[in-house]
Amino acid sequence: MAWLTLPVDLLSKYLGLFTDVWLTLVFGFLIVPAVFGVPFGIHKYYIKILLSIFEWTTLQMELKAKEKNNQLYKHYTSGIIVKVPDSTLKQEIQDLRCSAGCLSLDPRFELADVFVFCRKALENIIDDDVTKRFSAQKLENWNLLTRSNHNFRYINLQLLALWILGVLIRYGVLLPFRVTVAVTGIFLFVVLSTVVGLIPCTKTYLSDKVHLMGYRLCVRSLTGIVTYHNRENKPKNDGICVANHTTPIDGIVLANDHCYSLVGQLHGGLLGLIQRAMVKSSPHMWFERAEVKDRRLVAKRLRDHVADENKHPVLIFPEGTCVNNTSVMMFRKGSFEIGCTVYPAAIKYDPRFADAFWNSSKFGLMGYLLRMMSSWAIVCSVWYLPPMNRKEGEDAMQFANRVKAAIAAQGGLVDLIWDAGLKRTKVKDTFKEEQQQLYSKILLGDHEYQNHPES
Amino acid sequence: MGSRASTLLREEEIEEIKKETGFSHSQITRLYSRFTSLDKGENGTLSREDFQRIPELAINPLGDRIINAFFPEGEDQVNFKGFMRTLAHFRPIEDNEKNKNPPATEPLNSRTNKLLFAFRLYDLDRDDKISRDELLQVLRMMVGVNISDDQLGSIADRTIQEADTNGDTCISFQEFMKVLEKVDVEQKMSIRFLH
Repeated sequence: MAWLTLPVDLLSKYLGLFTDVWLTLVFGFLIVPAVFGVPFGIHKYYIKILLSIFEWTTLQMELKAKEKNNQLYKHYTSGIIVKVPDSTLKQEIQDLRCSAGCLSLDPRFELADVFVFCRKALENIIDDDVTKRFSAQKLENWNLLTRSNHNFRYINLQLLALWILGVLIRYGVLLPFRVTVAVTGIFLFVVLSTVVGLIPCTKTYLSDKVHLMGYRLCVRSLTGIVTYHNRENKPKNDGICVANHTTPIDGIVLANDHCYSLVGQLHGGLLGLIQRAMVKSSPHMWFERAEVKDRRLVAKRLRDHVADENKHPVLIFPEGTCVNNTSVMMFRKGSFEIGCTVYPAAIKYDPRFADAFWNSSKFGLMGYLLRMMSSWAIVCSVWYLPPMNRKEGEDAMQFANRVKAAIAAQGGLVDLIWDAGLKRTKVKDTFKEEQQQLYSKILLGDHEYQNHPES
Repeated sequence: MGSRASTLLREEEIEEIKKETGFSHSQITRLYSRFTSLDKGENGTLSREDFQRIPELAINPLGDRIINAFFPEGEDQVNFKGFMRTLAHFRPIEDNEKNKNPPATEPLNSRTNKLLFAFRLYDLDRDDKISRDELLQVLRMMVGVNISDDQLGSIADRTIQEADTNGDTCISFQEFMKVLEKVDVEQKMSIRFLH
């Protein structure tokens, strides 16, 4: 079978050469600079090129839509209904009764009162503030990813060619590079973190370096282009850092710039391995599943950690779950009851390059990472806000809302009072009872209501 | 970007809905996008749970009744046409003048039909009369546990007394319309849709 050995030889030679070149490129240009913190440099041009391509594709789609005499549906510039500013139930009922001369403004029931509830309900059915936060943000321009365009159909040959080219680049070039960097990074991190943990003296200094290196490699592996603003407000060791939550990558993005102690549940598998390695060189707080439910235990450990000056600030995401980065939802008050300084941070992802939101009901962590690694890039901005403390006479919930408003204002996000947990659970009955109470007051008049508030 | 909407919703269907409800092409595609985002089961119909998932609707005291209005008698699923038919009641009346082809029958968003929608929120058994019990049910939904049975009963009695002209201790649709004849129904039961 001599004739078979020749092509096999050639093939293995070329494969070997290819692997050598590839590994040199990856190590030389990605891993080594990342290990030592040297920037790579071509990111600006990469983004500029991508943006001009996206503008061109949208233009093509608009032209095509014009041919058919339809308008291209832009989710942000066009809404469905005119949004009126919020008014209270009392105001609306009064408006209704005033507009009809025959209805009385006195405390009594009018058959027409149902109109107010009716209209509000219909407005919410057509467009509400909450449900749209739990699915990916819709884009104005198409970014050549079919996942962000539900309506992929043939527009013209150039667009199709461009899309195919995009797929080849993303899955053929970018994805393998990124996976290599990620795997190397995690491996290095686990090994070095364990080693550093064994050295008694210069533990903190070395462990910080190892942690930062690990996060840098992770960010590079996702082609993360992060811009940090207001670095003078970086969290110090005496407090906690809170930020809005969009994705598990949030932690990596923040930890790329400063060392934090993380809080969370201890997992199994690869993630658990990484968590255990982290703890060997730096004090993170991982809880067993049963312990997580015990709020007092968690609060005590947090308090002890914050009191120790040598330990890094704790990183907490008070929303409790991921939302789609267009809004900030209710902050859980637990972290604000500890009584230490809070360092808020706002994170805003640019949706044109990747959809960073982790929709845990749609895909698991591995599927999510695959999508992230096959997107164009993860471009985001992080703003460090000035530290905040609880004011006199302010309770934990009010403090939490104040911090939330500051983060929303900085990140250009909508500030909502709704609980992000509504992603999975039903809304509590107390809210409906509030509405019923308000209406009862209108029926009876405030004075009489005080005297008869029972069933 | 055309959403899932424009490909899955055929042009003929859009034309049918346009004729029946008076909504414009772009309004229909936008509302279809909303319909599909509410349809978590992705089977082309909405169930009551799909509506209940909207928190602001779930806390509305009359939320359940209004959700009911979308579903035809005895059914648990509503398709897009049914959804649009119910929404059409809330189109502003002045929008009708913009229509090039007005429907042959009375439009869904006429003053009478808007009042009928509100009447049906009370009249659960569809016998064209609001009985004392039906009125009490709606009142109880709106006030919760905050008012006693006696007080609520007297409120209901007084309302029926004021509206009832033929002495049958129920409120018919005609009597209902009479009570509300001066109310600006056109404005209060309309939602301003963007074009």
